[in-house]
Amino acid sequence: MALVVRRPQLKWWEKIYLPVIAKGLVITMRHFIRTLTGRTKVTMQYPEEKWNDQLPEHYRGAPALVTDEQDRERCVACQLCEFICPPRAITIIPEEIPSEDKWAKVEKRPLAFNIDMIRCIYCGLCEEVCPEQAIFLRKDYAITGESRAEMVHDKARLYEVGGRRVGLVNKWNDLK
Amino acid sequence: MDFIALAISAVKIVGLVFLVIMPMVAYAVWAERRVSALIQDRVGPNRVGFQGLLQPVADGLKFILKEDFTPKNVRTGYYWLAPALTMVPALLTCAVLPFGSQLFGEPMVIANLNAGPLFIFAIASLSVYGIVLAGWASNSKYPFLGGVRSTSQMISYEISLGLSIIPVLMILGDLNLGRMVQDQSVNGWLMLPLWGDRFSLKGLLLLVPVVISFVVFTVSMFAETNRLPFDLPECETELVAGYHTEYSSMKFALFFLGEYAAMIIGSGLAVTLFFGGWSLPFGWLSWDGKADIPWWQGLIHMATFFGKVVVFILFFIWVRWSLPRFRFDQLMRLGWVFFFEIAVINIILTAGIMMLVK
Repeated sequence: MALVVRRPQLKWWEKIYLPVIAKGLVITMRHFIRTLTGRTKVTMQYPEEKWNDQLPEHYRGAPALVTDEQDRERCVACQLCEFICPPRAITIIPEEIPSEDKWAKVEKRPLAFNIDMIRCIYCGLCEEVCPEQAIFLRKDYAITGESRAEMVHDKARLYEVGGRRVGLVNKWNDLK
Repeated sequence: MDFIALAISAVKIVGLVFLVIMPMVAYAVWAERRVSALIQDRVGPNRVGFQGLLQPVADGLKFILKEDFTPKNVRTGYYWLAPALTMVPALLTCAVLPFGSQLFGEPMVIANLNAGPLFIFAIASLSVYGIVLAGWASNSKYPFLGGVRSTSQMISYEISLGLSIIPVLMILGDLNLGRMVQDQSVNGWLMLPLWGDRFSLKGLLLLVPVVISFVVFTVSMFAETNRLPFDLPECETELVAGYHTEYSSMKFALFFLGEYAAMIIGSGLAVTLFFGGWSLPFGWLSWDGKADIPWWQGLIHMATFFGKVVVFILFFIWVRWSLPRFRFDQLMRLGWVFFFEIAVINIILTAGIMMLVK
């Protein structure tokens, strides 16, 4: 059975083109005026306008380390995040805390904590796996650098981005 | 004395071509990109300079710095000649356009020819050679198809273009573009006969053939300049880039500029013939070509002319981003079956009105 494609029956004003052309011109003119007067929403002008205040609550940006109320670094260098990290972006060198230190009971801390931001895929598994609530994904997304070395965030940089985190983050509170 | 006349001509040529037409071409491209963006709910180039106003400069710099590559299999001589043959006729035609009334007692037209429209059509029809040569010399199938299409398209539409302005010439009774504008300035524009002699039964009746000839003229002008509803020689979706597929760098830029220059001259001609060139509406500051006028009036007249041309170019852009491309057989049918006949009937209609209505 051959399929018969029905052609639309054009009215006479459609056949002489001009009224339909005028109709099309009116449509484009409407779009032109609406965009010109700013009634149509257009692309964000990126470097001038930024996402910062419009990011959703669950946004996953750059990972960062945090300190607690007493300015103690929360990370105990358990290396769980290093093991779970799918692209292997995290490198931790653990260090024993000397016995004369105020926090000697904590036993371990990271000597070096590097996250290669070229490798990081912002999956958030490090944050999920951390038993000490020491690593969090922040909302920073424009991570740039001029060399590979610059793109590796070391401990100092990670604490600078992370800052201080007060209180425990739990399922039932909205501290995150 | 001859030397002074030559010097004045040279100043007018340089002033018009390099200080007005070329910047207008550059900014027509900018306007095209911005307006098309706004029509399509986008922003368009707005980074280089305020609102992207320096974009043409950046584009030009890019074209100059790009590699000027000549493919191995082309006919080099013709291949090099083609871009020039597109650009030169487009710029030559502006010689007879009256872009102003008078400035310091000097008529604002480069060559005050008594056969203005004929000169424009004669020269403009040469620009088809640039495209045909480009298509042929490229020795590649897409440019070839583009060149072939362009040949038949431009030759077909030249006929309706020429026939469509005959009613205008009959009404104005003159072939000198400068005097045609002076007439319209005093007696009312052909498309707006609301003052002077044309505000009469005859003038208003003649508006019917004038509007028909304006529509035919404008559509044919779109076809002649290869603008979008009729851009079959270029035709991105079918022929890669049509006749200029094999061109790069400044050679491509010359095709591009030639197209826009032709568009500007076409707009200028349409404005001169149908919308009273440099004259203001309702006979304000009109000039009959006899007594000298003060310089500020001359400047106002020039500004009026270029203002009208700009409006016309915006209309060109608006149409381009509204209408889809015609199929080739539709294009040929429109040219030969409709416009040719309409233009001929229009001449008879005009003659009838001019004869019967006193």
